[in-house]
Amino acid sequence: MNATAAMIPAPAMSDAVFALTLALLLLAPLAIAGVALINTGLGRSRSAAQALLGNLALGAVAALVFALVGASFAGTLGSSDAAIHAVGKTWGVLGLGPFLLHGLGSAPPQAQLALLFEFMAVAMAAMIPWGSGADRWRLSGGCASAAVLAGIVFPLAAHWIWGGGFLAELGANFGLGAGFLDAGGAATVHLLGGLAALALVWIAGPRRGKFPREGLSTAMPGHNAVYVLFGCLLALVGWLAWNLAGAVIWLHAPLAALPGTAINTLLSAAAALVATFSITRIRFGKPDASLCANGWLAGLVTSTACAALTTPLEAIFAGAVAGIITPLLVELLEIALSIDDPSGAIIVHGAAGLWGLLAAGFFASQAGQLTAQLVGIAALLGLVLPLLYLLFALLNRVVAFRVDPDGERIGMDLHELGGGAYPEFVIHRDESYR
Amino acid sequence: MKYAGLLVMPAGFFLTLTALVLFPDSTRRLAFVLCGLAVVAMGLVVAVRGHMPARGASRP
Repeated sequence: MNATAAMIPAPAMSDAVFALTLALLLLAPLAIAGVALINTGLGRSRSAAQALLGNLALGAVAALVFALVGASFAGTLGSSDAAIHAVGKTWGVLGLGPFLLHGLGSAPPQAQLALLFEFMAVAMAAMIPWGSGADRWRLSGGCASAAVLAGIVFPLAAHWIWGGGFLAELGANFGLGAGFLDAGGAATVHLLGGLAALALVWIAGPRRGKFPREGLSTAMPGHNAVYVLFGCLLALVGWLAWNLAGAVIWLHAPLAALPGTAINTLLSAAAALVATFSITRIRFGKPDASLCANGWLAGLVTSTACAALTTPLEAIFAGAVAGIITPLLVELLEIALSIDDPSGAIIVHGAAGLWGLLAAGFFASQAGQLTAQLVGIAALLGLVLPLLYLLFALLNRVVAFRVDPDGERIGMDLHELGGGAYPEFVIHRDESYR
Repeated sequence: MKYAGLLVMPAGFFLTLTALVLFPDSTRRLAFVLCGLAVVAMGLVVAVRGHMPARGASRP
């Protein structure tokens, strides 16, 4: 639809566009709230308070660390960066902006909005792995990983993609479309968060009793489907705001293109939900509520990459594919690969984000855009995942991620907070799941 | 195994960058970028397999 917008130099932002984008960004935290509710509902009742507090704490730590150092490396407020000069090209790898948000007040309005967008993005990216570590990941370990993510890894990715780094310059340097396009954060937020979740799950291991010595994995259903489904509704509002703000800030989309972006976001989520609903109905005889929620969220994640770039029909196709692959990959991860991911973040954020980025390349009108998207995906998978694994593995030696077996048995609420989220409920023992 | 997989993945990424530099022709460039991605995917598969607990082994 407006894929060529990214090739146009950033126009001066009018007061009306500034006010609208700021208002949209103030609604974006609803997406974070939705994901927090989903993370909490998909965990067990004896860890619910710790789960929701963890979402808040991780977001808070991420925002603080990003303000102190991360924003400097993202380079949003600064014009200089650390670049490698090779084969006649400049490869921007790291921003070198002022520390502690120095000069924020005098920065151009567009840079200020971009920075606010990055604050939302870093909070969301830090929270995504928390759901995957539910029922076993300690608060201190979660906060430490959020600090690493916000201080090192997210700023790197944000600079490469949004801050004029080598992925953003693929168009100018190699004639690859408009360079790597990621208007809503499918790469910097969702794929990054999904990869962080995978690294975390590898390091922390599965929940106790999840994979018994014999037989299939143990089903550990989420404790509150209402939280999960209400979280999906809340996330829709936040996602609409997120995608529209991203289109204005990163693609310089005109106001006339925004209704189309919002419609594509809704259509992508709707198609994904219908697809997941149908798949689970066919496979299990009845639709599965938590998988349908995962499908809806996967559709929203897909839309972050391509809602501003596709036609409504293409948005429906992208969402439907996300909705079909989500339940199948969730099952593959748990049953075939023995990966315990209670919130499904690796698939919902990681795989759906990756698919959205690919779809943006397929449907773009410029020559070379698909190649640019593939190079960006290779950078995130090939460089960022090993980096995340290395940093998390080192961090795990300093601040142990996993709670001790006794803490896991009594639940994270009692162990870490001294009280449960539902003091009048009877807590099930692990054996009751078998 | 898991560390070998994680080491192979950056090699795949650098292969995609090499493709950009070496091949001005868009079709060849796309083909070699896909090859780089395939190497990244192979590394990911090896890393995933390296992290899978052995069948019948005691698990936490």
